[in-house]
Amino acid sequence: MLARRIIPCLDVRDGQVVKGVRFRDHRVVGDILELAARYRDEGADELVFYDITASPEGRSVDRTWVARVARVLDIPFCVAGGIRSVADAEAILNAGAEKISVNSPALENPSLIDALAHRFGSQCVVVGIDSETAVEGYRVHQYTGDPNRARDAGRSTLAWLTEAQDRGAGEIVLNCMASDGVRRGYDIEQLARMRAACRVPLVASGGAGAPSHFIDVFKAANVDAALAASVFHSGNIVIRELKTALRAAGVEIRP
Amino acid sequence: MTHTRSAKRNEAIVVVDSGGANLASLDYALERLGVRACVTTDAAIISSADRVLLPGVGNAAAIMSRLEELTLTPVIRALSAPVLGICLGMQLLFEHSAEGDTSGLGLLPGRIERMAATPGRSVPHMGWNTLKIERDDPLLHGLSNDDWFYFVHGYYAPASASSVIATVEHGEPYAAVVRHRNFCGVQFHPERSGQSGARLLANFMTANT
Repeated sequence: MLARRIIPCLDVRDGQVVKGVRFRDHRVVGDILELAARYRDEGADELVFYDITASPEGRSVDRTWVARVARVLDIPFCVAGGIRSVADAEAILNAGAEKISVNSPALENPSLIDALAHRFGSQCVVVGIDSETAVEGYRVHQYTGDPNRARDAGRSTLAWLTEAQDRGAGEIVLNCMASDGVRRGYDIEQLARMRAACRVPLVASGGAGAPSHFIDVFKAANVDAALAASVFHSGNIVIRELKTALRAAGVEIRP
Repeated sequence: MTHTRSAKRNEAIVVVDSGGANLASLDYALERLGVRACVTTDAAIISSADRVLLPGVGNAAAIMSRLEELTLTPVIRALSAPVLGICLGMQLLFEHSAEGDTSGLGLLPGRIERMAATPGRSVPHMGWNTLKIERDDPLLHGLSNDDWFYFVHGYYAPASASSVIATVEHGEPYAAVVRHRNFCGVQFHPERSGQSGARLLANFMTANT
């Protein structure tokens, strides 16, 4: 039976893994290859590298690290951040990443999803959605990485998720902003609602603080995978121990 | 890095440059096994190789038309060395694919169909899964039903195909490992399946069939 996936997300800037509070005051926490290998050895099922390197005027971001990561990793990985075109995606996939993830650029230009799926196949194309809880339902936000630009994208989350998969997204990462960074658990209600509309794999993001939160999100929201960052980086949750707890709770997991 | 013919590379082990986006991950997996494969579309090199790997990511019709434009379909069909199709490369070994309604290489009997999403089952089948091994094969030497492999696919070869060596379950069973004579294939990605995947690739490099 298909295992549920545990996915650590690493923020990368200028080829190094960084940590910061809400996209500010980033400091280097480690070498990208060492951290990738560490998570692989701890039993991560997949890794996401979120490239937060600011794109210099008219120049492309240096992503030579992607090939170095691909050389050492024998598990799949996805690169997110700053992918605005088929050419951007192609360079990353050719360097050895399995998947690319698009967020704000897909909101600016939804046909980017069609173009990526047509060129590389849906299985390579992940759409990330930052979703905020509103008075009625859920709303998509964009440019959430930049406090000065962040805004409502003018779409409901349900409508955008449906459109993204119809355009060829092979996986959806739903970042529930209200629970993000709070460590009180994933937004089960929202994820369960989106699950009902989502035919492709759905990845929960935002809110993980304890092993029980992972058990809950798999059992109650039936997501395919759960993504987390700070609880893994801080060592508060060790992936091996998390996986033991998940198996004990009857969740299908790769040891 | 570029994937062109290089004098330093071992021309006995060939990866067919089928045009998919992630040839690099297979190349690196072989590198970790100490194998410097030759990634090529050169018919003469492919024909004289000891081992031929046929990866594939993307769209079946697009890759078949690329292989036809390069006049590689008769070259692959005529191979007597061991051939390993990976993911879409495995599916292309069959007679026909519903993905783009295209003929395949026709080396294995059967047709590739589209997986339907049903409640409780996401499509594509994406993630780690185990096999149910139906019969012994040198490709699976040292591997068991407890080994995990990484799958990503939305089309499938039926579990009933005569070439099936192992199946995988995602709502229903599908072909996961197939073989007919020297032509074998795996639906999963051994290059991204940890130690189990590395073992399978090593088996392919050393088995005598």
